[in-house]
Amino acid sequence: MTLFGYKLPALSSLILWALLWEFVGQAELTFFVPPFSEVLLTLFGMLPTPSFLNALATTAWAFSMGVFFALVIGIPVGILMGKSRIVDELLLPWVNIFISAPLTALVPVLMVLFGFGTRTVIITTSLFAIWIIILNARTGVKQINRSLVEMAHCFGASPLDAFFKVYFWAALPEILGGVRIGVIRAVKGVIIGQLLISIVGFGALFELYSSKFLMAEFWAVLVVLFGLAFTLSEFLAYLERKVAYYATTR
Amino acid sequence: MRHAVPADDIAVSVRNVSKTYGDVQALKDLTLDFPRGQLTSLLGPSGCGKTTLLKIIAGLLPANSGQILVNGQTVAGPGPDRAFVFQDFALLPWATVIRNVAFGLELRGLARSEREAIAEKYIREVGLAGFEQKYPHQLSGGMRQRVGLARALSVNAQVLLLDEPFSAVDEQTRRKFQEDLLELVKHEKKTFIFVTHSIEEAVYVSDQIAILLPRPSRVHEIIRPSNFRDKGVDNIRRDPEYLDIVDGIWASLRSYVE
Ligand SMILES: Nc1ncnc2c1ncn2[C@@H]1O[C@H](COP(=O)(O)OP(=O)(O)OP(=O)(O)O)[C@@H](O)[C@H]1O
Ligand SMILES: [Mg+2]
Repeated sequence: MTLFGYKLPALSSLILWALLWEFVGQAELTFFVPPFSEVLLTLFGMLPTPSFLNALATTAWAFSMGVFFALVIGIPVGILMGKSRIVDELLLPWVNIFISAPLTALVPVLMVLFGFGTRTVIITTSLFAIWIIILNARTGVKQINRSLVEMAHCFGASPLDAFFKVYFWAALPEILGGVRIGVIRAVKGVIIGQLLISIVGFGALFELYSSKFLMAEFWAVLVVLFGLAFTLSEFLAYLERKVAYYATTR
Repeated sequence: MRHAVPADDIAVSVRNVSKTYGDVQALKDLTLDFPRGQLTSLLGPSGCGKTTLLKIIAGLLPANSGQILVNGQTVAGPGPDRAFVFQDFALLPWATVIRNVAFGLELRGLARSEREAIAEKYIREVGLAGFEQKYPHQLSGGMRQRVGLARALSVNAQVLLLDEPFSAVDEQTRRKFQEDLLELVKHEKKTFIFVTHSIEEAVYVSDQIAILLPRPSRVHEIIRPSNFRDKGVDNIRRDPEYLDIVDGIWASLRSYVE
C-alpha cells in the first residue's frame, strides 16, 4: 500500500482500525468495547501473571499436539491419496464430507467417545486442521509432472525414496499452503475444545472474563490469540514463498 | 534385415513386441535390433509409437506380448543397464545441478562425496562446469537438457534412451547438441537409442535409422548410412549420400503427414 507516494509498511491499516477502536471505546458507546489503550494496558499487566502463563501453556500444548497429529497423519495420507487411485476413491468422499462439515456439532460425540480431558481437545484440534492438509497434499501430488515420476522409477528409486525424495518435495508448495490454513483452523479447534470440552487454558479465560463482564481482559486475551495465530500464519507464508520459485516449473 | 550384425554385437533386441492402449494398437509385432556402441534413431510420424517403444525398452511400460532383451537378458522393469533422457528434462526443480546429475547415483546409495565426484566429471563433460550450484530455473532450456544428459551418463548405463531430447531447445543449440552427440557416441562406447521427429537430425547423428510407420506401428525400413560418417561434422550436411538419404526418407514419410 502506498500513500502520497510513500510505501507504507505492511499492517499499517491495522493502526487505522486500532485508532477507530480507541475512539469508539473513549466515546463509551457500549461497555462491550473498552478503549484499545485500556485493553493494551490490561494485556501487559496480565502477561506475567501465573494464571495467564498457565493458560497459555495449556492451550499451546493442546494446540501443538493437535497440529502435530494433523501433520504426521494428514500429509502422508494426502500423498498416498494422490499416488494411489484406490486409496483416493476410498478416502476422498470422507475428506470432502469432513472438510465442509460443521465440526463443532461433532464435539459432543467426541466427548462421549473420548471423555472430557485434554485428549479430546487434542483430537478436536486435529480434526479441525487435518482435512485441508490432506486435500492440499493430495492436490500437490496430483499435479506432479509425470516424467518426474518416470525419472525416479527409471533411475531405480525404491517406493520410499520416491516418497521422500520426489513426491514430498514436488508437493511441498501445496502442502505448506494446506498447513497454513490447517493451522488457522486448529486455533479455532483448540479454543472450541477448551470452551466446550474441558474448560481450561484460553477457553477458561474467555469463559471467566465474559461471564464476569471483564471486557478489557476478554479483549486482551483475544488480541494475544490473534497475534499468535497471525505470527504463525505469516511464518508459514514465508516458508511458502521460499519454495514458490519451483512451484511454477515442476 | 538387410545388414546383418553378429548376435553378440546386439545390445538391445526387440522381439515381436505388441502394445495396445485400450483399443488403440500402438505397436504391432515389432522386431528390431540395436547394435552395440552405435546410435540408432527411431524416426516416424507423430503417434506411430516411438515413445511407447522407448518406454517399453526402458521398462517403464509393460508390453502386451513379445520380449525385450538387453545383453541377452529379458527386461522386466527399469534397470541399471539403461538410462533415460527425457524430452521435458525431468529435473528436480528444488535440487541443484550437481544433485540432479548425481540423483541416479544417490538412488543407488553411493556416498555423497563419491557421487559428487562422478557428477562433477560429467558436468564438465557436457560443458556445464561452474554451474554446479545453480538451480534448474536459473538455466536455459539447452543447459537443462545438458543436465539431463549428464545425469543419464553418470550412472554409466550401457544403453542410453533419448526421447526427442533436443525438441525443446532452440535451433542453434540443437546443432551444437548434435555435434556433441556424435562425439559422445564415439567416445562413450554406449548404445544410444534416439527418438526424433527430424529427418535431418536422424540422418546426421545416426549409425542406423529405423523408419516406423503408423497404424499399427511397424518397422518400414532400416537405413545404415555408410559413407559420410567419417568425413567430419562440417562436411556431413553437404555429402551427397546424406542428401539422398534425407530425400528418400521424406519420400517414404510424406504420405503419412496430414
Ligand atoms: N497413455 C496412453 N493412453 C492411450 N493411448 C496412448 C497413450 N500413450 C500413447 N497413446 C497412443 O499410442 C499411439 C502411440 O503413441 P506414442 O506417444 O508412442 O507416439 P510417438 O511416436 O511418440 O508420437 P510423437 O511423435 O507425437 O511423440 C498414439 O496413437 C497415442 O495416441
Ligand atoms: Mg513421443
